[in-house]
Parts: sequence; structure tokens; C-alpha cells
Amino acid sequence: MSADKLTLARQFIEAIPHAQALEMRFESLGDGKAVLSMPWREELVGDPRTGVIHGGAVSALMDTCCGAAVISHPETPAGTATIDLRIDYMRAATPRQRITARAEVYHMTRTVAFLRATAHDEEDGLPVATATGAFTVERPKGGAQ
Amino acid sequence: MSRPKPEPVQVVKQRRDAALRALVSGVPYIRFLGIEFERRGDELTAVLNYDNKLIGNPLLPALHGGVTAAFMEVAAIMELSWSTLWEDIEAGRIDLTAPDPVLPRLPKTIDFTVDYLRSGLPRDAYARARVNRSGRRYASVHVEAWQDNRAKLFAQATGHFLMPDRSADV
Repeated sequence: MSADKLTLARQFIEAIPHAQALEMRFESLGDGKAVLSMPWREELVGDPRTGVIHGGAVSALMDTCCGAAVISHPETPAGTATIDLRIDYMRAATPRQRITARAEVYHMTRTVAFLRATAHDEEDGLPVATATGAFTVERPKGGAQ
Repeated sequence: MSRPKPEPVQVVKQRRDAALRALVSGVPYIRFLGIEFERRGDELTAVLNYDNKLIGNPLLPALHGGVTAAFMEVAAIMELSWSTLWEDIEAGRIDLTAPDPVLPRLPKTIDFTVDYLRSGLPRDAYARARVNRSGRRYASVHVEAWQDNRAKLFAQATGHFLMPDRSADV
């Protein structure tokens, strides 16, 4: 992926209103892989008894990260949308820790990208959540490049 | 045999609405997304009030897939809590109308699978969840979400949940 294309993809994703609402930050992007993170915030808490962030916010981070990974694939799709996303929640994310998602396109056909993703808090080892998804691959108008 | 005199309708509504309000307002993330719940008897409908910050594709524009997933997960958890607490609320064993009620523990998501059927339009969305199975430890919940037409779903989801240990309460 060229530096130009990478900058463009990064700008595109950083301009997403919901990515801004969750204060998502780019860590790295390229070749069908993306790393995105977001901070813990009081207003994202799903269980007030524990302060653990809501699973939905983790889903949104992983979904964005998967979309970014598709866009960054060497075959350079013009766009993508989620067809299906399954999230497994392995453990509660530790309150006040940053969450980092890593997504990878492990197979891409002309029309569909298959992804795997993980989400970690600031502790290594067992992820907070893992995801698998299928995403559309939108080709630039006028056929493949 | 005489049946007990029915409670006045205001008493019933006040109790149920206060319980629902207490459950929903305890979760900051529900407010963050702008989700509200409407109630008809024991039936809940989750309403996602449209806001620009929910957009995932500014070009179309379309709702963020993660927002759709989160909205449905919120709807599933609330329906599951509501349906398991309903009898206790009705019998007065749980009083969520107190000024500072002890909120019950919420179910924990084990997994959640979302099926995206069409892109979410930049307007309000609705969701209803159905508890297909609720055991002592595990539950399976299905959610349907739509916008303009009830029959044209824009997403559906299935999730599995770990039920809170009720004996650990209080």
C-alpha cells in the first residue's frame, strides 16, 4: 500500500463521526491489517457496579478496525460494509485501561473479505474479546484496477 | 372465590416505569448512544435516537455497524434483565422506585453475532429482543432492528448471556 493511499485511508477513518465520538486513535494500518485503540471513559461504562466498559463500545472499535483492515488491503477496495460480525467476550476489560483492537483480513475474494480481530486492554495475554467477520468488498467503478 | 381487587392503573404504571427507568439510567453507555426504552405492558422497544455521532460512513451516510451492534446488545441485555426481574418487580420483592435503589446485577455477554441486512439510514432505529431460552446460568436472545418499516429489518442478532447469580445480591 502506497504512502498516499495509506494517508487517505487513515483520513477517511479518522473522519468517521462515531470513531471521533469514541476517540479512536490509529496505531498502524497496511496490507490488510489494522490496529486501532480507544480510551476508557466513564460514559462508556456498561456495568455501573464494576466500571467495566460496555461490550457494545468494544464491538464498535472492532468493527471499525475490521473495516480499516479491508480498506488497507493491497487489492485496494473502494469501500466496505459489514455483512456479519461475531464477537466473543472472553473477560471483562479492566476499567481505566485503553483498549486496542487488531484486525486482519485472512482471506479476500473478489466480493467478500474474511476477518479475524482481537481486543486487548493494557494487559497482555488473554484478549478481552475476539471477533470474526465477513465484509463486502466494493470495487472501484469500471471493474478491477 | 373472590379475586383481589385490581390495583389502580396509576400505581401499576408508576411501579413499572420507575423500575424500567432505574434499570436503564444505571448504565452510562445507554445515555451515550442516546437509547431510550418504550414499554407496553411487559413488552419493551428500544429506540435509538438519531445523532450525527452515530454515523460510520459519512459519504452515504449510514449508521456505524458498531453502533448497530451496540444498540442491539443493549436491547438484548435490557430485555433479559427486564424479563427475569418482572415477577419480582410486580410482587414488590424488588423496589427500584426508592431514591437510591440497589440495582440488580446485569447479565454478561458471552457472544454476540450481528447479521447486517441493509445499511442503517441516518434516522431513528428501533429494536425488540426476544428471550428464546433463559436458564439458571445461560440465556439465548434474538434481536430484530428496523427503521421505517417493521417488516424490513436492517439488522438482526443472536447473543448468549451469562445470567447473574441472584443469590449474590444484597
